[in-house]
Amino acid sequence: MSKVFSPELGLFDSLTRRRPTGYVALQDISLSIEKNTFVSIIGPSGCGKSTLLNLLAGLDRPSVGQILVNGERVRGPGPDRGIIFQNYALMPWLTALGNVEYAVETACSGLSRGQAKERAREYLAMVGLDRAMHRFPKQLSGGMKQRVAIARALSISPSILLMDEPFGALDALTRSYLQEEVLRIWEDRRVTVVLITHSIEEALLLSDQIVLMSRGPAATIADVINLPSLRPRQRSVIDQHPEFVDIKHRLEEHLLKETRAVEERT
Amino acid sequence: MLENRISRTLAIVISFVSVLVALLVWQILATQGLLGKNFPGSFETLKELAWWLSDPFFDNGPNDLGIGTNLLISLRRVLIGYGLAVLVAVPLGLLVGMSRIAESSVNPFMQLLKPVSPLAWLPIGLFVFRDSEITGIFVIFISSVWPTLINTAFGVTSINPDFLKVSRSLGASQFRTVVKVVLPAVMPNILAGMRISMGTAWLVIVAAEMLLGSGIGYFIWNEWNNLSLPNIFVAIIVIGFAGLMLDQIFGSLQKRFDYQA
Repeated sequence: MSKVFSPELGLFDSLTRRRPTGYVALQDISLSIEKNTFVSIIGPSGCGKSTLLNLLAGLDRPSVGQILVNGERVRGPGPDRGIIFQNYALMPWLTALGNVEYAVETACSGLSRGQAKERAREYLAMVGLDRAMHRFPKQLSGGMKQRVAIARALSISPSILLMDEPFGALDALTRSYLQEEVLRIWEDRRVTVVLITHSIEEALLLSDQIVLMSRGPAATIADVINLPSLRPRQRSVIDQHPEFVDIKHRLEEHLLKETRAVEERT
Repeated sequence: MLENRISRTLAIVISFVSVLVALLVWQILATQGLLGKNFPGSFETLKELAWWLSDPFFDNGPNDLGIGTNLLISLRRVLIGYGLAVLVAVPLGLLVGMSRIAESSVNPFMQLLKPVSPLAWLPIGLFVFRDSEITGIFVIFISSVWPTLINTAFGVTSINPDFLKVSRSLGASQFRTVVKVVLPAVMPNILAGMRISMGTAWLVIVAAEMLLGSGIGYFIWNEWNNLSLPNIFVAIIVIGFAGLMLDQIFGSLQKRFDYQA
């Protein structure tokens, strides 16, 4: 398998993740991601998308192969990568501010207490929650919780933001709103984003590049699609821009085929 | 399920009436001699209760202590033994919940000793410590340690794994994760365990003290030797109220640490 080496950031080199039981979730994944781009990974359910994210986060180790970030090998989790989970993962005993503060205090040990708090406030203001920061997670809506999680992930100034189906648990309207919030924030302060999703629209709206996975087990990359660099992007382009429409059809066809194969497997 | 809702006032009134009826039935059964000759009625018992409560803290030698004095002796033993048990059970429970090695090492003791009545340890305690006070505390320790330990360990194994992932991904040390994430996450389980432990300890102290020579349990034993049944009922009522108070403390603590509500 040929190596594509990006001088900037991010390379998975023939990645394979094998469980101790012998189940191969991912096989021979190679991909390089350019700095400060927005990459979506899309695939049928059970294709190992989340496994891939855990590997990138350093929460799991690949059985074979390596992951490089800025040319350095990933050996474990670290604050150079921020993670956003589908179910927010906010700690219920801390306020919104407390949750972000915990991240800042943990990841940026050089800061004083006051500086950490100031930084946490700043990021909560960025996601529009300056007035709700003393509330506990149970007092926040799903969308607000995920905004706290976004503030928390970005507050440690990661070079990569990993998002694991971040809008999956939200209703359709809140989801659209948050997608646009993420776009706005990302336009404002660029970081490399890897988004795991199963929504075609979401991938089209947000990404520079879409990585299409085949079905698991032993899932692999089926295709890498570069999107036209239309920024800032309006939601309407997905249905109107001919190139987007074409890509959308390709994605739908592939995902439907793969999903059918998964569902009809006995 | 018979009624959907009754008002709070009505509930209190019903409870009050229920107690009154029970006292009345008790009085009738006793005066009719249906509970044995000389069995005290509720009126006599309440009169005794009033007398004991009018001066609860007198001290006329070891076999003639006020009911409050005896209660304080028992409470002191429970709080020391229980406190030591919590100090051991919480850290050990965290360890057992987090490490398979610790779990495997503690498990045989937990499985074997949990079902044994703590009173079985009384002779061992007396032999080793040669002191009834320390033996009492020791027995309370044994009785309190398991529920808190088991609940804490269970709490750790049921933590939302995303919390741990968040902490790890931020580069938190193991120690920081335990103190800042695991401990608060497990707090509701710890409190539930501590509540059960307190209940058990309060049950065990009465029985243990019958053999130890002071405290509220010994008071019952002493009044049995005096054949003073009203005083035994007085002790039962006092023990019940004290237990209720202890339980209420944990009830409100649990409410404070219920993150979902």
